Amino acid sequence: MAEALARARRPSWLTVPVALGVVVVAFWIVAALTAPLWGLDEPLKMVARRLQPPSAEHWLGTDALGRDVFSRTIHGARISLAIAAVVVLAAVAIGAGLGALAGFFGGWWDAAVMRLVDVTLAFPPVLLAMAVAATLGPGLENAAVALVAVWWPVYARLMRAQVLEVKTREHVEAAIAGGATRSRLLFKHILSLCWTPIQVNATMDVGQVILLAAALSFIGLGASPPTPEWGAMISEGATQFYSWWIAFGPGFAILTLVLGFNFLGDGLRDLMDERSSR
Amino acid sequence: MTEPALEIADLRVAFPGGLEAVRGVSLSVARGEVLAVVGESGSGKSLTMLGAMGLAPRGALVSGSVRLKGEELIGARQARLRALRGDRIAMIFQDPLSALNPVLPIGEQIAEAIRLHRPRMGRKEIGERVLDLLALVSVPDPKRRAAQHPHEFSGGMRQRAMIAMAIANDPDILIADEPTTALDVTVQAQVMEVLARLRERLGLGLVLVTHDLGVVAGVADRVAVMYAGKVAEEAAVDPLFADPRHPYSRGLLGSVPRIAGGATRLTAIPGAPPRLGAREPGCAFAPRCVLAHAACAEEPPLRPAGSGAAACWAADEPAPEPEAEAHGETRHAVTGAPLISVRDLVKEYPLGKSLLPWRAAERLRAVAGVSFELAAGETLGLVGESGCGKSTLGRSVLGLIRPTSGSVTFRGREIAGLPAAEMRPLRRHLQMVFQDPFGSLHPRMRVGEIVAEPLRLLGEVGPKAAAKAEACLERVGLEAGFARRWPHELSGGQRQRVGIARALALEPEALVLDEPVSALDVSIQAGVLNLLADLQAELGLAYLFIAHDLAVVRHISHRVAVMYRGRIVELAPADALYSAPLHPYTERLLSAAPLPDPAAERARRRIAPREPESGGAASGGCPFRAACPRAAPECAEAPPLLARGEGRLVACWSPG
Repeated sequence: MAEALARARRPSWLTVPVALGVVVVAFWIVAALTAPLWGLDEPLKMVARRLQPPSAEHWLGTDALGRDVFSRTIHGARISLAIAAVVVLAAVAIGAGLGALAGFFGGWWDAAVMRLVDVTLAFPPVLLAMAVAATLGPGLENAAVALVAVWWPVYARLMRAQVLEVKTREHVEAAIAGGATRSRLLFKHILSLCWTPIQVNATMDVGQVILLAAALSFIGLGASPPTPEWGAMISEGATQFYSWWIAFGPGFAILTLVLGFNFLGDGLRDLMDERSSR
Repeated sequence: MTEPALEIADLRVAFPGGLEAVRGVSLSVARGEVLAVVGESGSGKSLTMLGAMGLAPRGALVSGSVRLKGEELIGARQARLRALRGDRIAMIFQDPLSALNPVLPIGEQIAEAIRLHRPRMGRKEIGERVLDLLALVSVPDPKRRAAQHPHEFSGGMRQRAMIAMAIANDPDILIADEPTTALDVTVQAQVMEVLARLRERLGLGLVLVTHDLGVVAGVADRVAVMYAGKVAEEAAVDPLFADPRHPYSRGLLGSVPRIAGGATRLTAIPGAPPRLGAREPGCAFAPRCVLAHAACAEEPPLRPAGSGAAACWAADEPAPEPEAEAHGETRHAVTGAPLISVRDLVKEYPLGKSLLPWRAAERLRAVAGVSFELAAGETLGLVGESGCGKSTLGRSVLGLIRPTSGSVTFRGREIAGLPAAEMRPLRRHLQMVFQDPFGSLHPRMRVGEIVAEPLRLLGEVGPKAAAKAEACLERVGLEAGFARRWPHELSGGQRQRVGIARALALEPEALVLDEPVSALDVSIQAGVLNLLADLQAELGLAYLFIAHDLAVVRHISHRVAVMYRGRIVELAPADALYSAPLHPYTERLLSAAPLPDPAAERARRRIAPREPESGGAASGGCPFRAACPRAAPECAEAPPLLARGEGRLVACWSPG
């Protein structure tokens, strides 16, 4: 048995950081899905005296209103992961859709989409997200809309470049010679080979979106106070200078999750490279 | 024979996991000798040379012995190997462009190669040496050329620069790995001449690694044929070509189409070379061998046979009679109403955009007014060197490229410039087979799906289409089981068969074949060519067969059109064109084509070209004027394609 394990070769994409990323991300996803089953304190309820340092009972202490920081951090994963998933999926849908059409049809449609992309990318992302969120007013939904507005152009560019490259391959010409219709060309012969970089990028972006969503909440443009959102929690902790533990929980959560998704993305890219080079 | 300068003994190159790619190769070369190492892709011929020079890929285990003038290289220190490489032993590769630094002048790069090994040589001395070297490899005007950058050199000139760099320090051994594979025939002939002359002038030992038997026939002294990581046969060049002892060598020679004609059926070697790691014990060639018998379960050693040595138990048996030439009749011209007729076809590409919006950009004429007809059941071969516009022409006929002007009619119906929606129903009659058997198949579709894909045009999907696809696969010699496989599981020849099956799915009347066999090994190529001939006989297909290989074109075509810079310069029945070419360019092409026959190859006289050429059509006059040995004042006006004799057309003022 041990011999068989020793002989089984580790795939080259599975490095220590990638394994770590898988573990961390899996932990947070499980935590988000099962938070109510852990028997933790209610995240919104005052359960103890305020500003208690970490103890056996309250692992990460309590905040200025006497709520359990550990419980709030775990529950915060539900919000952060949900918002990140929605934002990335929406940005991919909009961006990749527009980009694919731009690359496939070219001409004025391409020019129009790509100029819109250029204009959007000309703004610093945080500033643009702030501006959109501020215009729409505070609230988690509006923060999500703002993040999608910032993120879609990246995918549009990526997808367009990918389509332009695949479009010129010989198997596409062969499909034209075989009488394929335009929609068949785009969906079957081109798009099916365009997803790899999108998948890798999207994985890495989940971490970035979590970070930026937290940043919006930190400055009061995302989740509003009682919600156990990591950015908002850090913001509360920032005013309690001597109670470091309030910001530590959510801060550490963001750090691990962002790193985890980056490692995961790296591993995914290596895996895809290995597959495509075969 | 003199003492060998390079002696390789029992060289093995293995990769982790027990994959042995080179399995005990012994070769030797003396100074002033040319050894050709011939084999198909995957035979381990390049890896043998890389391993010998200490350049095997990372992770490869090299064992055995490699002696350079008595000095052992296997296990030598890296520093010593570095000092020897480029000094005593040098190597040139297939692709000169990637081996040259694009931002340094050629002369500077050659000087660098000298300086590395002769640090004390003076600046002036090096400069003179560089010019001498360039002259030695026949680069005209060395002084001006030395100051130029790689992009200003044509492919053949770059390869000469690479050779100059390799011989800069007067090495004992020069290893040339497929030195002319990326080059056109006329350029290939020149580069081979340069290499042959170097052997005489400098007395270096030359190792020519190649897949092309024709290339080595005239230059090599000895030939080693490699198969599956071993030397299958080694012999002096004349006996090897005249009386090959190993069945694989016989198969290789039999599968090369001959430019001299006699359109007999090629003897294709069945099957494909074994994949690395999937090798059965015993003789590696046995599964494909017609002579295989019980003894072949044991791997035969290389032992004396005839005047050389062969690794075959049956090396002393007489060669079996080639199979009856049932299809061996010569191809005669096919007459009848034209199926496709092309008139004055022009395709221009803008060369960038003009800065002034009211001034049209300069244009490159890829196809400059071409007319021809293709009858049902006929093969028209289209030959020309790279960049002559033959592929553009083929794609324009199918409407894959929209021609700038001119007409293409199919059964009398104009199809040039037809909108995509109107062209689509016509596509079932006109299909295409592509050059690249890897790129032309969708990597994420199964073979069955790929072949069934065009059937959507007829609205056929599902089990009915799948059944049809399997029938098509069987027609091209692939069992129905292939339908469930992925393209990456197939060999090059099998993939090309899939491409042909896809083109046949719609039961077309005409096929445009764009270099369908140029990416395949010769033994595989022969099988595909035979298949195409059979399909034509069975289905009455018309072929527009585009290729750069003159022998292949002659083998399969009824009529042949020669293209030069976007024009057809000569069009004639195949036999007439090859036996008595009328256009000077055709003459030059034919004189440059390598012959797989050592005696004939050494005896022939080549027509020396006058200048290297590139690009599309010249601005005015005969496009071949500048390079033509018969150029005359009237050539300032472009000659039209005029009839000379039965069925022959020539665009020259003073033909033949």
